[in-house]
Amino acid sequence: MIDFSRNHFELFGLPERFRVDTRALDDAYRRLQAEVHPDRHAHGTDADKRAALQSSARVNEGYRALREPVTRAEYLLTLHGIDPLDETDTRLPVEFLERQLERREEAAEAVDARDARTLGAVIDAVRAEAGELEQRLAVELDERRAYAAARMPVRELRFLHKLADDLRALDATLDEAVD
Amino acid sequence: MALFQISEPGESPKPHDRRRAVGIDLGTTHSLVATVRNGLAVVLPDAQERPLVPSIVHYGERGVEVGYGAMAHQSKDPQNTIVSVKRLMGRGLADLADAHRFPYRFVQAPGMLRLVTRAGVKSPVEVSAEILRTLRARAEESLGGPVDGAVVTVPAYFDDAQRQATKDAAALAGLPILRLLNEPTAAALAYGLDNAAEGVYAIYDLGGGTFDISILRLTRGVFEVLATNGDSALGGDDFDHRVFCWILETTGLPPLGPEDARLLLVKSREAKEMLTGHDAAPIVASLSTGDTVNVLLTADVFTDITRTLVQKTLAPVRRALRDAKLAVEDVKGVVLVGGATRMPQIRRAVAELFGQPPLTNLNPEEVVALGAAVQANKLVGNRDREDDWLLLDVIPLSLGLETMGGLTEKIIPRNSTIPIARTQEFTTFKDGQTAMAIHVVQGERERVADCRSLARFELRGIPPMTAGAARIAVTFSVDADGLLDVAARETKTGVQAAITVKPSYGLTDGEIARMLQESFAHASDDMNARALAEAQVEADRIVAATERALAEDEDLLQPAERSAIDEALARVREARAGSDRGRLASAVEALNRGTETFAARRMDRSVARALAGKRVDAVLQESK
Repeated sequence: MIDFSRNHFELFGLPERFRVDTRALDDAYRRLQAEVHPDRHAHGTDADKRAALQSSARVNEGYRALREPVTRAEYLLTLHGIDPLDETDTRLPVEFLERQLERREEAAEAVDARDARTLGAVIDAVRAEAGELEQRLAVELDERRAYAAARMPVRELRFLHKLADDLRALDATLDEAVD
Repeated sequence: MALFQISEPGESPKPHDRRRAVGIDLGTTHSLVATVRNGLAVVLPDAQERPLVPSIVHYGERGVEVGYGAMAHQSKDPQNTIVSVKRLMGRGLADLADAHRFPYRFVQAPGMLRLVTRAGVKSPVEVSAEILRTLRARAEESLGGPVDGAVVTVPAYFDDAQRQATKDAAALAGLPILRLLNEPTAAALAYGLDNAAEGVYAIYDLGGGTFDISILRLTRGVFEVLATNGDSALGGDDFDHRVFCWILETTGLPPLGPEDARLLLVKSREAKEMLTGHDAAPIVASLSTGDTVNVLLTADVFTDITRTLVQKTLAPVRRALRDAKLAVEDVKGVVLVGGATRMPQIRRAVAELFGQPPLTNLNPEEVVALGAAVQANKLVGNRDREDDWLLLDVIPLSLGLETMGGLTEKIIPRNSTIPIARTQEFTTFKDGQTAMAIHVVQGERERVADCRSLARFELRGIPPMTAGAARIAVTFSVDADGLLDVAARETKTGVQAAITVKPSYGLTDGEIARMLQESFAHASDDMNARALAEAQVEADRIVAATERALAEDEDLLQPAERSAIDEALARVREARAGSDRGRLASAVEALNRGTETFAARRMDRSVARALAGKRVDAVLQESK
């Protein structure tokens, strides 16, 4: 079994930072799965098979957490003892929320008007804001190491991801209605 | 002068020492069995050199017939001639929107529906097992002995219930199953290895009754499924049915009996197939009512009446691309799989959507079985030189739990790479609550009622606390077959409740045991002798695997640990020599338990090796 006390960054042999070399991550992921995947141990002992199943699941879990910036940031905070999604404190800046609410309304109107172009523009705006947040987080987390202060932008990023998913789903309904 | 051949350690020395491994495509209309011979995947044909087995089972006056023999009965005895049983696997009667289309006598049973036949009430699992038995017999005859391991393919979009039903059918047919493999992934493997492909590929798989789309990235021997989507109730059958409806409309025939309906469906299929190479197909039939049918179906009309079916496949394609966060321009090639992709209107639609002609250089009916054979050959432990590849597959549908208000809480999202384990914490709703009902569902919709219910179980013995104080950790684990296992634990006190999810409409272990017994009684086989033989094969496998592990990583063991394993090995060998199945099973179990620490250390060493900075293909070479 792989050593479960290692954190995700250690497991993939990467420095504990928000900015990661995604090619190195992808490569380490494939190298690890090439060793631990159940298909590699299908003719082993039952103990081998169990160890392969658990190890491979662990590698998949780590990869999933590190691959996306938002989950990677959340994970970094957790490593520093901060719960980014603590349900007892879900505050977000009022102007941030107002901005997203307006975007939601704009998107809903675009869907009613079957206006794919406007909807696309809203999605792009959400993505752009997420990109800016990621830049800010890179500074907060990797240079200033201000993990507690990063909690708010991480939550904003999580919020934007959820919003982007919802908007993409709306976009899909527009698409499929064309069929 | 003849030279002695000396094989490398760990390599199979002679062809006859190779283990017999097969890949099986259990299709809606046709099934196939393939194997790897001299490093090449080949389909095993019957005595008349026919590669396909029609997936048709006839329960006749004088026993069961499968394949071409059964096909002859479908118009005369439709209620006892089961076609397209794959559409019924893991399904309840309520799941079948089109139950009226089947000429069978269905009965609702707790769980999966059943069919009333001349030979009694049959589960779809039993019917499928008949097809698998035929394929197994074909393989054993061709390979000269019992099958050591089989990979059986399933549509990527099959849910947990349908996968479990397929696995149960293989067990019932006496096939030692190595893995359930997704059909498009199997096709990608066969295609990718043949063409040394690299980049993003889309596999468009329209079978007799199921539709899958998978988006894969091929990178230096790693086949990584990025997203999969589909419709597990859409296939070539539906095109036949559209033609059938068109005949009824055009001719104004009165409602038909099951025999005439089946006859016209067969004629519809023939017309569909003819239109692949012709502009028009005549449909001529004499019905039992004395009516005759004589119409001409043109390609234009056929395209027209099936347009919505073709469109229905395109929405999942777009969804899969979206989930993979890719655009059509990112796709390097589109591989067509399944007999139904021979239809010209399908090829046109796919070419138009992807902006490139689809790749068709492999036989769309054989490619899935060939890919399955390649994987079976590897999993069973036969090592061929070109074996440096790895499949990373995903689950097609999200898995979750019912929460308050009939809503779904997703625990493992769709398109997660398997195997995967996820834990989520829940809490109690009422003061002093001591039990929690856990309802496991699969699907994308928010309301539980719109998802597929997989299992219900209860966690009992939670110590009474105020509402919201208990911490219930629910862990979902999906294995490499895509099958789910759920465990729940109260983390403050450690109260446990675990289940392997057997779908609510699946078969119970008791039912499977009974069916097995019946099938053995039928085949006048001795169940006990068979069970002992199976236990012995398994014991040999474990002993060989342990010896291999010792040879490779002996240095990871202290002398005392080594001698404990040696002792456990000796006990298995001793029990293997006798005929006491119980004793053999417990000796094997003891050996398995005794090697757990060793296995864990070996895995740790593999991980260290993987991270030592070697390229993936080098590691793949070395681990051979």
